[in-house]
This record gives sequence, structure tokens and C-alpha cells, in this order.
Amino acid sequence: MGYTVELMDLIKRVEKTRPERVMKKKAGQEFPALTLDQRRDRLEKYHPDFRAGALRELRIGPSRGISVAQEIADTFEARSRVDPDQIDLNEVHYETDVLVIGGGGAGTAAALLAQEEGSRVIIATKLRHGDANTMMAEGGMQAATKSWKDSPYYHFLDVMGGGHFENDPELVRTMVTEAPKAIAWLEKLGCMFNKWPDGKMFTLHGAGTCRKRMHYAGDMTGAEIMRTLRDEARNRVKDIGVLEFSPAVELLTDEKGRCSGAVLYNLETEEYFIVKAKAVIMATGGSGRLHMSGFMTTNHYGATGDGLVMGYRLGVGVRFLHATQYHPTGAVFPEQAEGLLITEKVRGAGANLVNIDGDQFVFEREPRDIESASIIRECEKVGKGVPVPGQVGRFGVWLDSPMIDMLEGEGTVEREFPAKFILFKRYGIDISKLPMLIYPTLHYQNGGLAYEPDGSTKVEGFFVAGEVGGGVHGANRLMGNSLLDITVFGRLAGQTAGKFVKDRTGIGTLSVDHVRRYHKELEEAEIGLDRVSPMVLPDYGNPEVRKRQWTSHYVGTLR
Amino acid sequence: MSAMVQGAVQQTESSSEAAVRTDLVPIFIMGKRYMVPSTLTIQKAFEYAGYQLIRGCGCRGGICGACATVYRMPGSSKISVGLACQTVVLPNMYLTMVPFFPANRAVYDLEELKPEAQTLMKYYPELAKCMGCNTCTKSCPMEIPVMEYVSAALRGDVEKAAEISMSCVMCGICASRCPAELGQYNIAIMCRRITGRHIWPQAQHVVEMVAKIDSHRYDKPLEQLMKADLETLRKLYVERQMEPHTAPEDWTPDDKSMI
Ligand SMILES: Cc1cc2nc3c(=O)[nH]c(=O)nc-3n(C[C@H](O)[C@H](O)[C@H](O)COP(=O)(O)OP(=O)(O)OC[C@H]3O[C@@H](n4cnc5c(N)ncnc54)[C@H](O)[C@@H]3O)c2cc1C
Ligand code: SF4
Ligand code: SF4
Ligand code: FES
Repeated sequence: MGYTVELMDLIKRVEKTRPERVMKKKAGQEFPALTLDQRRDRLEKYHPDFRAGALRELRIGPSRGISVAQEIADTFEARSRVDPDQIDLNEVHYETDVLVIGGGGAGTAAALLAQEEGSRVIIATKLRHGDANTMMAEGGMQAATKSWKDSPYYHFLDVMGGGHFENDPELVRTMVTEAPKAIAWLEKLGCMFNKWPDGKMFTLHGAGTCRKRMHYAGDMTGAEIMRTLRDEARNRVKDIGVLEFSPAVELLTDEKGRCSGAVLYNLETEEYFIVKAKAVIMATGGSGRLHMSGFMTTNHYGATGDGLVMGYRLGVGVRFLHATQYHPTGAVFPEQAEGLLITEKVRGAGANLVNIDGDQFVFEREPRDIESASIIRECEKVGKGVPVPGQVGRFGVWLDSPMIDMLEGEGTVEREFPAKFILFKRYGIDISKLPMLIYPTLHYQNGGLAYEPDGSTKVEGFFVAGEVGGGVHGANRLMGNSLLDITVFGRLAGQTAGKFVKDRTGIGTLSVDHVRRYHKELEEAEIGLDRVSPMVLPDYGNPEVRKRQWTSHYVGTLR
Repeated sequence: MSAMVQGAVQQTESSSEAAVRTDLVPIFIMGKRYMVPSTLTIQKAFEYAGYQLIRGCGCRGGICGACATVYRMPGSSKISVGLACQTVVLPNMYLTMVPFFPANRAVYDLEELKPEAQTLMKYYPELAKCMGCNTCTKSCPMEIPVMEYVSAALRGDVEKAAEISMSCVMCGICASRCPAELGQYNIAIMCRRITGRHIWPQAQHVVEMVAKIDSHRYDKPLEQLMKADLETLRKLYVERQMEPHTAPEDWTPDDKSMI
């Protein structure tokens, strides 16, 4: 395997310009960054969110009139998997203090903190505990921990600038001031952040940061955090129960409208179960598997935006869902690696982006949306993209990873990016010697359900944490602020829910009236009656096979 | 698709996509033959064959360990392993996923653990049963020298075990093949957590920063930013000093009033 002959030929052009580019980098001469006005222009012209037809106005629900991605609007304008007239809410199968929906980083952090408040906790999750976007995060986690050069003040500025100053400032303040505590907490749980022998942590730049504040564990930062949190939850098995392959499909309230549990669906036995809980924390993560605008995605299999629609039906509004984050550097070759994320740290460590001629066309540390728009521009408008072998009409650009070894010394690529190094080696490509072919890939849900700095929402008993929530990143999250977001707000939501539970005396009669009302709204607006949501699993089936499944019945994507 | 050919049983040509596609190869999923495109990963081949995956599919990117797969080529005595989302199909491979394998896991309190050999032996006495067969190393899809971390753990070299096992995705293949019935990856994560918590020194700068925040050092600066109008904020953002890419670790900014 490895690169095709044509690509190897093109790589020669990259090699030709490389020595000079390395020299410039060493001398601190960077490619000029765009001004704020140029940034806006580039976004409006080339970012997928701005394409005609990418968005549509919601016609019902608490955020009626707001535009969101078409694919998300489809899940909002759809019926519940639960029929309010059929469901028997008297038979309760599980009872607990706190129900956490989603066993990713935010959910697990929340479960741990709720447990510390004295709560009994159930984590209901779609796949296995830890099969989540958190597991996939590579690059790192931002926090201003080095007070000789950095502070929450600068972190705040960076977050706001990255989000085009539209972020919810209260959420940002909470995130940047809690950040060092989040790092300390993870360190105490045994996360192996890269460190000097005296314990000082390594930190790097990320796109849009003015100080090097990206903490990391190799190129498996998310995996290190996820498996550590999961391991800790397993140590607290007496108080924290985990239900795997049991996605939530609808929320429950009591007669006062307080959130009081959820309906779970056992994917394996196809049974529905009712969980009664004094508090519910929604932590279902993102929605990349809805494939907005048809883009490939970096997200895990279960990222279908389920929590968004459940929360929306309950009456919680959404923010910033018009802005989808495309990661500038997704692999486009080889085909098996398609959509796979190449961490931004590769650019943070100095690798240029270059076109088919080996020329730079953008500063490699612009915020993600700007970087993505610039790559799309280079391929679609300027016409200097590299054709992807075997895929007519598809282009990519080079991410010049070999520069890193030249800048930082031989072996740096292999040491700093072991997971990607092995992966590409499997495909016969040595990324310390050859560049990678990349194109923007659907990566992150910038927006989500509206929530307060303590994790609470406008619905009593209902809390939100992690990627399913929106506001802190505005319209564009910077790298490393999401692992931070989920740790900070996961912890806070867990704590708040744990405290809330102590004061909540009881749960009244369970109800799904909110679903009934939502269905009525759908009917009145005459929309989406033939759709169901949440999606739960994407449909990667083979249509030819489906044609022959004569007796199978599908509800949405599920058989 | 799935043009099934087993012995004398053959799907009629016209009804199968195989008749029009030339890039299909046969694979045997749990012994049953399917024709799938030759460029697919095993994971995508399952889907092409008609499965909607519930087990055996998480990240689809080689990091969650949900999709451990074992396979054998016809006529070969060798069992190969791989992650289904990372391994491209081979013509005529016989395969099955092993999405779950029960392994022993100790429940412990990290705060109380000490980084020594006795600790590991107490929680995982089966470590002593390792017979050094090296099957685990040969079967690790992440190419981790598994036996080496097992012996490091056995010796009480917890840090070494932690470092060797860093890229373990906890897929469980090693455990499924171990004649001594160890749950290697659970032992490994215990070593890593002990290392992170008890062996590596704590980062003092983090402690200092937390103290500074708790002493309200940044309350006012942040308050200022919260109140600032868009113009001011944009100006502060644009004019903030950038730490140069190549700056040494002890670099300090010119303006120290906000740090
Ligand atoms: C490839 C990749 C690389 C990344 N790199 C970085 C990085 O370097 N730095 C950074 O800060 N951020 C990074 N991110 C972003 C970050 O990892 C995620 O935004 C973050 O981890 C989300 O955490 P979460 O807990 O909110 O969601 P997740 O970790 O996705 O967890 C959500 C969980 O909920 C489950 N779930 C979904 N629906 C349901 C349902 N209906 N019922 C029950 N459970 C459900 C899911 O299966 C999953 O287990 C990266 C993301 C990806 C995909
Ligand atoms: S497979 Fe088991 S017995 Fe063999 S070397 Fe590995 S741990 Fe030891
Ligand atoms: S050490 Fe074992 S569990 Fe870890 S990746 Fe290798 S085979 Fe899988
Ligand atoms: S699906 Fe996660 S490793 Fe294959």
C-alpha cells in the first residue's frame, strides 16, 4: 500500500519547498494571519454553514424561528419513539437519585461528582461505557496553569475571540477559572499528562491561543481522560451503576413538569425500560453522525444528537446550532482512514498546510472555521487542491508533518503522535517522512441546549453537560476547550444535581405530557409526522440488503 | 451483494450485485460467505453485508477497542488479530469479532495504593501465573509488548508497566488468548493510575494557579472583560501578545498586569 505513484510524484513538490519553509519557521517568520475582517469574509464565502440550504428555521418548539442545520431540524421536527397514549408509566424498572444519560467524559465526571454528594447514580449509555467522542480526543486540554505567562484573563480572551465574541461570557468565565482545578482533579485521579521530571506539565499552542496552554497525554489525551474516569466510576460500583447499550429515547416529568427520569431502549433485546430519577443529567455529546451537508465526520458511532431533541421536547431552547465545526484536517487518503482526525497539534508543532505546488496558502494556526474555509477555498476556488486518487472530483491539501522532525529533532513525530504514526504505518505511510493528505471533516457541535454555569436549565431537575450544551464556545470552539468544557461542566452539573436531589422530597406522578404537547404542535404545523427521533444509530446499511429484508420493519434507522 | 456461494449453493448471477461489480472479494463472517468490496475495512464489510452493528462498533477510528477481531486465512494455522475498523478485508479470510471478553477487574481505592509490587500482587495475584508465552504480545493490535508490561508489573516496576501500556485501547484480545487467564489491560490501567497519582510528582504550577484563582486575583480583570463592549474586546484580543512558537518554557510576556 502507501501512496500512489502520482501522489509520490506530487510530494516531490512539497519536499522542494520544505527546507525554506522550515528555515522561515525557525526564524519566527510566519505566514501572515488574516485580519478579523478578512476572516469574516472568508467564512461567509467558503464555510459550509454559509452555503445556501445548509440551515433551516425551526417551526416549532422553544427555539422556534432560530435557524439550525437541516439535519438537526429534521430530528427536532419529528415524532417521539414513545407513544404518549400507549406508554405505561406505572411500571417503573429502575429508581435512582441521579440518572446520567451518556457515558462519555461529561457524563462520567458528572456521575463521580454526584456520587460524592451522596447520590446513587445510574449512567445509561448507548454503546459501551466510554465509547464516546471523549475517547477520540487527541490533542489536548486547555487551561491557564502557568502563572508566569498566562492567566484566566488571556484564556477568556482567546475563547471569546475564537467564538467571534458571541459566547456566553458567564459560561466562559466559569470555564476558564475552573480550568486549573479540572487539570488538578484529573491529575489526582491518575491521568498521565506529559510532564517534566519535576512534575511540570508540558503545554503547547493550539490554534487561536496566545499562550501555550494545551496540556496533553501523548496524542491520546481524551482516551487517557476517558479511561481514567471510567476506571474510577468502576471503583465506585456500589453507588454508580452503568447500563450499556441502553440509550435514552425520551425524558419523563412529574405532574409539576420537573424532570423525573427517562425511557431507555435496550438495543439488544429491543425492550423499553422506565427509569425514575430525582435528577437527570443530559450528557449525550455531539451529532457528527447526522452528516451535516453530507460531510464525512470524525465523531464516534453514537454521535447522533439524541440529547438535543430530548431536551428540546422538554422545553429547553438551543443556542449556536447554526454553527457546525469542521475540523480542517481530516484524512482523505487512504480511503479506510477517511474522515479520521489529524490532531491540530500537528499544526501547533509547526507543520504547514501546502497546496499542490507545495506552497503555503494559509497560516496554520488560524481558528478552525477560518482554516477549514481556507482549505475549501484553495481546492474549490483557487483550484490548487491535490486530487484524491480513485475519487473523482475530490481534493485535499498537504499537511506537512515531516517539518516537525526537522524543527524539533528526529523522532518527534513518532514520540508526540504515536497513535497516528502507527495508524499510517499500517497503511504503509511514514508520516515523519511523508506529508498527509487532508480535507475538512465534520467535527464538533458548537451549539446545543441552553444551560447555566452550574449545569442547571430552565426545567427543574434537568441538567446539561458537555457537547450537548451550547453557549460557552459561541459559534466556534477552539481546540482543547472541549475536554476542558466537559470536565468543568460535567463536574459542576454532577455537583448541582447531587445537591438538588438532597432537597427534592419526592417524585409525583410520572408523565409524558410534554411529548403529547410536542406532538400536537407537530400536527398543527403539519410537519415531520413521518419522521421519528432520536436517531440512536446512523444507518450505514446496504440498500440492496434492505430490499430483501421482506418482513423487517424499520422505525427510523432502527429495525 | 452478499452473493452467497457455499459449496453447491450459488445465488443466480443476475440477482446479485456481484454480477456487475468487479471489485468484490469473498470473506467468511463467522463462517458464512459474503462478497464485499475489497477496499473496505472489516467493520464496513459487516455493514455492507447487511449487519446493523450494535456491538463491535464505537469510535470507528482505532482508539476505543470495541471492535476486536480474530481471523484466519484458509490453509494457515496462524490466528491473526486486528481492530475491525482499522483492518482492510483480505480475500477468503475467516473472521469473527470478539466485542466482549470477561476479564477480572479489581475494585480499589487509588488514594490508598502504594507503588510497589505487593500492591499489584494483592489485587491481581494471577500475575504470578504468567508463563511467559508471549501470546499477548503477538496478539496486540496496538503492537504493545504486552508481556513486557506484565513482567514489569510483576517485578513491581509500576512506572515501566504504565509507560509500555500507554497506547492500550483495552480491546481485550490479549486477555482472550492468555493461557494464564490474566486480564492484562485492567492491570495496566491500575499501573498507569498509580503512576499518574503516586509516582510522578504533582505539577506545582497547577497548585499555585488554583491558589491564585481562589485568592480572587483574577476576579477584577475578568470582570473588566465581562463588561467590555465589543470594540474594546476586539481590540484587546487583537493586541494580546502572542507567545512565540519557539519561545522557551520560561518565556514571560511584556505586560504582566493580567497574569
Ligand atoms: C476525533 C476527535 C478528536 C477530538 N479532539 C479534541 C481535543 O484534542 N481537545 C478537545 O478539547 N476536544 C477534542 N474533541 C472534542 C471532544 O472530544 C468532545 O467534544 C467531548 O469529548 C464531548 O464529550 P461529551 O461527554 O459531551 O460527549 P461524548 O464523549 O461523545 O459522550 C457522549 C456519550 O453519550 C452516549 N449517548 C449518545 N446518545 C445517547 C442516548 N440517547 N442515550 C444514552 N447515551 C447516549 C454516547 O454513546 C457517548 O458515550 C475531539 C473530538 C473528536 C471526535
Ligand atoms: S499471554 Fe498470558 S501467560 Fe502468556 S505471556 Fe502474556 S500474560 Fe503471560
Ligand atoms: S494490551 Fe491487550 S487490551 Fe491493550 S490493546 Fe493490546 S491486546 Fe488490546
Ligand atoms: S470501533 Fe473503536 S477501535 Fe474500532
